[in-house]
Amino acid sequence: MARAPVNEIGTTTLAELEALVAALRDGADAGTVRAMILHSALDSGFCAGADLRELYHGVVARRGDGVDEAAIAAEVRSFIDRIHAVMDGIDQAPVTTIAATHGVVFGGGFELALTCDLIVADKSTRFAFPELRLGLVPGFGGIPRLEREVGNAVVRDLLLTGRTLSATRAHELGLVSQLVARGEALHVARHVARQACRFDGATTRAAKAFIKPLPRARLDREKDLFCELFASPVVTEALRRFTESQDARPYLP
Amino acid sequence: MQTPADLTTRLMTLASQRFDRPLAELHADDDFFHALGIDSLQALDLLTRVEEEFDVEVPDYELQGVNTFAGLADVIARRL
Repeated sequence: MARAPVNEIGTTTLAELEALVAALRDGADAGTVRAMILHSALDSGFCAGADLRELYHGVVARRGDGVDEAAIAAEVRSFIDRIHAVMDGIDQAPVTTIAATHGVVFGGGFELALTCDLIVADKSTRFAFPELRLGLVPGFGGIPRLEREVGNAVVRDLLLTGRTLSATRAHELGLVSQLVARGEALHVARHVARQACRFDGATTRAAKAFIKPLPRARLDREKDLFCELFASPVVTEALRRFTESQDARPYLP
Repeated sequence: MQTPADLTTRLMTLASQRFDRPLAELHADDDFFHALGIDSLQALDLLTRVEEEFDVEVPDYELQGVNTFAGLADVIARRL
């Protein structure tokens, strides 16, 4: 990923991720893809989540065009359905998937990392779910996936405070599979991928299906909750504040 | 037992090394964003290094309104 400032996920990135999922599925079925690494080429970090500026300007423009709230809600729902399909597609890909992370892994970026089988994190990585600041909850499937990985004390702390979590602490909590020195995540992830490719593909497929079930009901409920909350004026106001902010500390809660 | 002044000095030493500023130019009551010339991403990096150096976990919302080295040292001291 290499979209400044920090690989924000908007409509363009979503389309790219959809193409990635299709290629992953076709490659896995053909036996030509055995592992995948998600990594950011930017110094700033892995991914800062949804493109909030695009989202805000999109909603404002639709309202300006006289589009009614029900139609806007349907469009938001459609975007959420598409991003969930992408996240589920990576999550359930029948190959070994690795997120090689550094720096910012926030919101939708954290949700993206959580779809991968392993997180290889360099020590600069910080994970966070800052959504409550916007009057929202994570909406790309992040809550059920976090619940799948760690205990409720961690889930509630991260969700209800929006704090960031260091890679070192995330490793202690069992969220990060391998903790590595700054700048070494991609190098180490390539070793993991090579190791994964040594095994029989059908065995990996069977093993992964067994150890990584999709929390379907919780994912569906999260979509509903996100869409319910998104309709609130609290969200529009928070998005406006974020978009217009001149704050020198946008990445600190 | 480290005094608040000791902690502040350790913190400024860490910051001076990380952001390549002479230690002599940093002062306990300086605004560290201004003194180090750092943005929020670099502040997150400073927080990560503080957690490593002092072996503490600092929830970053505790840094709201904390701008000085001495103030940051206070936050760290409560977690040691």
